[in-house]
Amino acid sequence: MGNTTDFQKDLASIRDMMEKSSRFVSLSGLSGIFAGLFALAGTVYAYFLIYYPNSPFGFRFVYVNQSSVLLKLLLAAALVLIASVLSGFYFSRRKAIASGLPVWSAITRRFLFSILVPLVSGAVFIGLMLLKGNLEIVAPACLLFYGLALMNAGNFTYSEIRVLGALEIGLGLISAWIPGYGLIFWGAGFGLLHIAYGALMYSRYESKH
Amino acid sequence: MDLLSGFDKAFENRVRLQIMSVLVVNEELEFNFLKELLKLSDGNLASHIKALEKENYVQVWKGYNGRKPLTKYSATGAGKLAFKKHLAAIENFINKQK
Repeated sequence: MGNTTDFQKDLASIRDMMEKSSRFVSLSGLSGIFAGLFALAGTVYAYFLIYYPNSPFGFRFVYVNQSSVLLKLLLAAALVLIASVLSGFYFSRRKAIASGLPVWSAITRRFLFSILVPLVSGAVFIGLMLLKGNLEIVAPACLLFYGLALMNAGNFTYSEIRVLGALEIGLGLISAWIPGYGLIFWGAGFGLLHIAYGALMYSRYESKH
Repeated sequence: MDLLSGFDKAFENRVRLQIMSVLVVNEELEFNFLKELLKLSDGNLASHIKALEKENYVQVWKGYNGRKPLTKYSATGAGKLAFKKHLAAIENFINKQK
């Protein structure tokens, strides 16, 4: 029985099966790029709302704690979130179908669970802080909890996502250290980093297919 | 030493080897999940699993999810050990060819 090439094929198929059965490999770089673009659009909107025509590093014309402004910001953030999640679902579904993998499987559920536990805890925490009028915690906490969620998800999808998670955590901590520039850090973390990560993942895993 | 020692007859078939490799890294998997992952027909998958079951490498759990029948599979200790030995034999073989 068997020669070397046969065994090499055996090994390749073992690796492929182990990978496909334990990691959510349908996460598409395109969802990262789109999430980043949506976040940048949200950031620009927020900039016009609270800083324009000054530079975002400078003086604000309105206080964020005016409830009408806060409401608009929350609405914009919710829209960014919904658009990002929808594009995430759309591109993952597309990639799964293209590579012949089940869209909704035990792996998908495990991946979502690993990301949702830190994310939902963070969302509730941030919501409570908002209710208490503790506004400066919002941007750093968003970045921190999101980074933790990505680190956790690294066990169940491409491990590169951990690097993105670490960078988000780093940005979150810096932004906690230098309050008042939340919008800049938020735009960098959710906008620029997502686009860079998405483009990298797309060129690494998808552009050849 | 015999070059082919340590190879497991049960894993000569690549599909069985794939089933085993998937079960080694997952606690338990459903029939339908395995079917979609390996792109096999019901009958085909069932017969391969039957063969592994006979060797006592795989154990079956049958139950219900609401009203739908549900079949899950997991690797036994003997199965995991046999898989490891088989991999070591492949490694050994390839190293000797170099």
